[in-house]
Formats: sequence, structure tokens, C-alpha cells
Amino acid sequence: MSSLVTLPVLLPILGSALTVLAGRSARVQRVIGVVVLTAVSAVAVALLAVADRSGPVVAEMGGWPAPVGIVLVADRLSALLLLISTLVTLAVLVYAIDQRIADYGREAASTTFHPVFLLLSAGVSLAYLTGDLFNLFVAFEIMLAASYVLITRRTNASRIRSGMTYVTVSLTSSLLFLTMIALIYGATGTVNMADLAGRIGELPTGLQTVLGLLTLVVFGIKAAIVPLHFWLPDSYPDAPAPVTALFAGLLTKVGIYALLRTQTLIFPDDRPSVVLLVLAGLTMIVGALGALAQDDLNRLLSFLLVSHIGFMLFGLAVFDAAAVAGTALYIVHHITVQATLFLVSGLITRRTGTVSIEAMGGLARMSPWLAVLFAVPALTLAGIPPTSGFVAKLALLQAGAGAGAAATLAAGVLIVASLLTVYAMARVWVRVFWGAVRPPLPDPDPTDELVVGTARTAKPMYVATGALVGVSIAIAVAAGPLSAITARAGHDLLDRGPYRTAVLDVEPLR
Amino acid sequence: MNAVNLSMTVVLAVLYSVGFYLLLQRSLMRVLLGIVVLGHGTNLLLQLIGSPPGRVPILGIALPSEFTDPLPQALALTAIVITFALTTYLLALGYRSWVLVGHDEVQDDLEDRRIAQRERPEASMGEETTGEDDAEDDPGSAAASGDPVDPADVGGER
Amino acid sequence: MSVPERGPLSEPASEQSALWLGDTPDEEWTPPGKTPVGAGRTLMLEMAARVLFPTVLVFSAYLLLVGHYGPGGGFSGGLVAGLAFVLRYIAGGGSEGAEIVARLHIRPRQLAGGGLTLAVLTALAPMLFGQPALTSAKLSAQVPVIGELDLVTSLVLDVGVYLLIVGVVLELIRSLGAGIERDARDAEEPAR
Repeated sequence: MSSLVTLPVLLPILGSALTVLAGRSARVQRVIGVVVLTAVSAVAVALLAVADRSGPVVAEMGGWPAPVGIVLVADRLSALLLLISTLVTLAVLVYAIDQRIADYGREAASTTFHPVFLLLSAGVSLAYLTGDLFNLFVAFEIMLAASYVLITRRTNASRIRSGMTYVTVSLTSSLLFLTMIALIYGATGTVNMADLAGRIGELPTGLQTVLGLLTLVVFGIKAAIVPLHFWLPDSYPDAPAPVTALFAGLLTKVGIYALLRTQTLIFPDDRPSVVLLVLAGLTMIVGALGALAQDDLNRLLSFLLVSHIGFMLFGLAVFDAAAVAGTALYIVHHITVQATLFLVSGLITRRTGTVSIEAMGGLARMSPWLAVLFAVPALTLAGIPPTSGFVAKLALLQAGAGAGAAATLAAGVLIVASLLTVYAMARVWVRVFWGAVRPPLPDPDPTDELVVGTARTAKPMYVATGALVGVSIAIAVAAGPLSAITARAGHDLLDRGPYRTAVLDVEPLR
Repeated sequence: MNAVNLSMTVVLAVLYSVGFYLLLQRSLMRVLLGIVVLGHGTNLLLQLIGSPPGRVPILGIALPSEFTDPLPQALALTAIVITFALTTYLLALGYRSWVLVGHDEVQDDLEDRRIAQRERPEASMGEETTGEDDAEDDPGSAAASGDPVDPADVGGER
Repeated sequence: MSVPERGPLSEPASEQSALWLGDTPDEEWTPPGKTPVGAGRTLMLEMAARVLFPTVLVFSAYLLLVGHYGPGGGFSGGLVAGLAFVLRYIAGGGSEGAEIVARLHIRPRQLAGGGLTLAVLTALAPMLFGQPALTSAKLSAQVPVIGELDLVTSLVLDVGVYLLIVGVVLELIRSLGAGIERDARDAEEPAR
């Protein structure tokens, strides 16, 4: 059973290697990519079932037990996030494949796209599963290195610019991450997270605070928490739609996951953290207000992404089991919906030939299906009642309302940010889907994937986007069992006992 | 926890400050050097934090109590591999920038500047645009054309 | 250079240069019996490269083999082997005007992909025997002349890493070395 845990990491790497070898056959590459990600989804389902029934599944690499060896751990939270991430990655891959077919022809093989895409998936899986702080660093690097390549593929001047910003910021945060690992290792003599949970408490409080804040800065950059968010709206909109969807869906969420894992496991707290609450409130408001000022559809969505990172941080900041469970639920919901919105934005861009909201109009009459595909995730992101966004937001609000004055205030900010999200989405709807029908703009550069205008849109691209919309509806339908799982996951996170005993074979703390 | 000696602390401070200073430069080549220097600083920190300098490597040629801690060395090795890969990537990126734009300077985000310079945010819904924003001007072209764009004349772009 | 398997739109401006396109090696590696003609030759370096090349390769193989117990391993071995190729490239690859001949019949990307496949398969293999991934077994054998020989299965993983690194370095030489030179040559052409 425990060997299953390694598969979500090793299978995509194997797939990546095989797609390089199959560099001349586009069809083989496509098959490998889809098969690997489907297999990983199946493994993730199995892991979630086992972890939910009988506790965390632990795999010791090379048979070396923790804390000496490297372990991979799948508990409820990581298995759940692994499952949803892989499903989203699969849908995005199908979308990307069909976009490539539509743009470059059926025979266009690439020795970069498929391998790098799968490598990114491996990095994301490793980040969720690793039980070792240094291995988390490696996972981030795999993931980010792949994302650097994806964001600067088919370079033009603007993509070079956004690539430079993105790479420089990411590298800086990586080096800070490494510094943090060095300091933690120097202070405690271990990098195993379960082991750290027991040892950090023995350090002087000042040192604990320094290490905790350093962790916050490092993962705050990755997760785009205000004021460390500036790189995100600058760089994401310049990548092609599937790439942006993947980044927006997964990369920042991995940052939030890392924050969630380290803050609960290594730097636990027993009351709401005011620093985190302030940061969460700032993130929500700055992101939402930023979104209102935008004209570029992708930039608008990027700012909304930043805003909703604040929602997830809010649950962590409140720091009780219900709130952390709310964050987990929100991550699951947001991974799906944000990726869907960026895919839809890609479809809109292909239909209209522009990313500017002001230059669009009447799309609801031109292609009603597109309107439906946009409306569902837009309402979900805004958190209108029957959707998964509402369920997740309600969980967060309920947890936050009873947790003291600061948390209640932040919950109020959350409601304001939600209203601003509704406003931003309504503005997009009015500008883009209503109004006079405008003829699509001519394609400014046929070779560029970002603004393709009037180009043919393959049906499967709609199907892939529709499938993701289906996933987010499924989350709303299955909200009961899902929130039961996240509630148990939240309890596990704060309890720390099951995780530590599974990894280390020790008695629970406290 | 073991004490780190003063001279090494000074070296660390110099490496970190030089690294961060270079990171703040416009030219990607300097940023690259900054990342290399910063990487060296971090690796040095990893080494110092493991065990005091001058101990025996873990090769089975001394008593176990005299061994230096091998884990930071393994961590540093991994970090070096990663930094090596990303350095070559940044070099390639700088080269592409030089080919496409003619220099390797990190540019400002034009769209961001344009929105910042706009007098009144057009966030109102419903009302038609008054042609001020020139929808016919093909908003995608600035991003897609690949022309070197001077950040100074942002206002007139698009 | 035509690449038939690509669609009509598959060669945008940025990928048109052979820097990113097809992965057939096309640089000059100071092949025996054929010395590059043109400026920029250094006799000393060329001779040194020819003498050193096999020695460095043997050293890289040594590093690969001792890696399990001593300093070395797949990564450092691969880098040293890659450096041998870099030396050879610096000595002869950059000669201007030389007819581009593919002498080294290796596609760097295939080499890297093959190495990675080998490494991952080695990591997965123990799971077939019910062991955790990446577990290594030790094989001991009496070899007539050498004596007792210890082999660990993780050597296969190291070989995979070795091939991966050599492939990556060759790819770097091809794209960043030869590719940039070709770009520079192409840029000069119209001026003449």
C-alpha cells in the first residue's frame, strides 16, 4: 500500500522522460501524457480512500525510516489536494493538446511542452506528499523550473519581460527558502517535518518567531500574499491560456498548502494570529480592488486570484479545526474554479481576438455556450448560493465569526471582498457578453498563442473546460461528504498526532 | 547548535548583501550574478551550520564522533545542482532578451503603468465606452508584436 | 533544414532558428582526419583537447563507478564527461565557415530522456519486489583477475543520471553554444 504514495511523483517523471524519447511522434506524446495523469488520478483516489479510512499512508524512500530517510506522506489533506490538482491538470492537458492541434496541426510534436508539463505535475505531487522540508524545497524547484520554461516558451518581448520578473522573484524566494532550511536545521538538527513538530517547541520563543516569520515570507511569495503578490499579475497574463490556468490553479495553491502544513505542524498556535488576519484582509481587499481597475481579462482574473488567496489565508489565520477545514475546502474549490476561468478566458480570447474587456461585446449572442461556460465558474468564484464557492465561503465565515474580535473583523472584510468579486464578475459579464456584437479582431500574430483571435477553436477545448465546470458542480453536489473529509483533515492538522505517529512511531504531543 | 566563527559570519553577510544588491539591478546579467552570489552565501550557511570547519568527511577513515555532519553537504549539493540549472536557464533567457529586444534589462509592466496613469478608473458598468480607449487600436498588438517598447512612453501605447 | 513532421504553423519566428527546432546534432567536433579550416584556431588547445578528451572520459567513468562509497557519482561523472565535450567544442566547434557535419550521432535530448527513463525505472523497480521505491540491493561476485567485486543496483540509477547530465550538457552546447554562433553568423550574412 505504502508504495502507492511514490507513484504520483515517479509516474509523471517517467512520463516526462518517455515524452522526450518520443519527441518525434506527437500522438505518442499525447497518449503518454493523458495516460500518466489518469493513472495518477486513480492512485490519488485510492490514497484518499485509504488515508480517510485508516490514517496517513507513509512511504520510506529506499527503506530508510524517518527522520533519517526521506518520507512521503499522504494524509487526508494531501491526498484530497493531490486528487483535485491531478484532475485539473488532466483537463488542462486535454485543453492544451487540442489547442496545439488547432494551432499547429495534428503532427506538431514538441520536445519541450509535454515533458515540462508532466514534470510540473510531478513537482506539484511531490510538494503535496513530501514529509521533509528539504524535499519540499526540491518539489518547489521542480515545479518552478518547469513553470519557467512554460511561461517563456515561444518567446516574444512581453513574455521575456514577464518571464524575467517571474523567474527573479521565484529564485529569490527559493534562496530564502534554502536559508530558512539551513537555519532550521542549525537550530534543531532535523529537516523532517514530523520530527520538527516535536523539536521546534524546545527552542527559545524569539528564535521560533524568526523561523515562523521567515517561513511566512518564503511561502507568502509563492502563494502571492499581499504585499508579496506584485509579481503575479505582472507575469501570469502573458502566458498562453492553458499555462496560466495551470499556474493559477496549482502553483499559488501549493504555496498556501505549504503554509498550511508548516504553520499547523511546525509552528502551531492556539488562538487566531493577528498578523495573519491582517495579511489575509489586505490580500482580499487589495486583490479585489486591483481587479476592478483592470481592462485586460487575464489581469483581472489574476488580481481576483490574489484576492481569494486572502480567503484561504483567513482560515489559516483563525487557527481552529473548523477554520482550517474551511481553508482546505476553499483550496479544493478554488483550484478548480480559477483554472476553469482562465481556460474560459482563453476561449473568449480566441473568439474575440483581444484580451481587453472594453474591446469585447455581445458575446452571449455570438456564442451562448461560451456564456454558460463563463457564467457557472464566475458565479462559483463569487460564491452565489448553490455553488461550491458558497459552501466553502460559508465554512470559512462560520469558523471566523466566533473566533474573537479580530477574526470577526476579517470575516467582514471577507464579505466585502466577496461583494467586490461579484461586482468584478458582473462587470466582465456586462462588458463582454452583453452589448452590441462586435466583429472579432484580426489575429495580430498568427504564431502567438496568447491572442489568437478568430482562430479555429477545437470542440474538445470546450469539452475540457466543460469538464472542469462539471467538477466544480460536482464539488457543490458532494459538498456534504467533502466537507466531512475536510473537517476530519482540519482536525488532523491541528491535532498533529496521527501525522507524527504515522511518520515517526512516537507518542502524540501534548 | 554550534557556534559559527566571526570571519565566516562576515563573509556570509557580505555574500548576502552583495547578492541582494545585485538582485535589485535592472540588467538581467547582474541579477544572474546576484543569484549566483546569493546561492553561494546560502550554501556556505548550510555548510557552517552543519558542523565546525575542519572535521573529517564521512568516509570511514576516522571515528564516527569525529565525522562532520553529512546532511548539510548533501543538501548543499542538491542546492548547487538546482542553482546550476537555473543559472543556465537565466543565461538563455538573457540571450533571448538580447536577440528580441536588444538588451537584457528587466522591463516594467506596461499594462500596469497604463492603468496607474489612467485618470479615472473606468470601472463603471453598463455605460458605453466613449472611444477614449480606442478599442479599434488592437489591444493585443503591443503585447504580441515583440517590438522593443520603451517604458517611458507608456501613456501613448495601445 | 526541414523538419517534415511539423505542421505549417509550427515554426514561429522565435523557434525558427535551429536553436529550438530539430534535435539533430550539427556541430563540428574536431573529427580525426578533418581539421577545421578558418580563423580562430589554437593549435595548442586543439592538440591538448585531443589528448585530454579520452582521459577525461575515462575519469568520468571512474567517478561514476566509485560514486556509491566515495566522492563521485552520476552527476559529477556526467558533468566531467560533459566538460570533455565542452573542451572539444571550444577547441574545434566554433571554427567559422566550416561545413557543418553531424559527426556525433547522438541526439542530446534523446540521451537525456533515455537517462531519465533509466533512472526512474530503477527507482520504480524495487516496488515490483515489494520493497520501497529507491531501495538498492548489493551484488557481490568473485571476478578472476580483479578480485571481489561489489555492485549496488543504485549504480543503474547513477548511470541514468550520468546519461541525463551528458545529454543536458550536449544540448547546452548545441543550443547556447552552436546555436548562438549560428545566430551571430546569420546576422553577419546580409552585411556582406
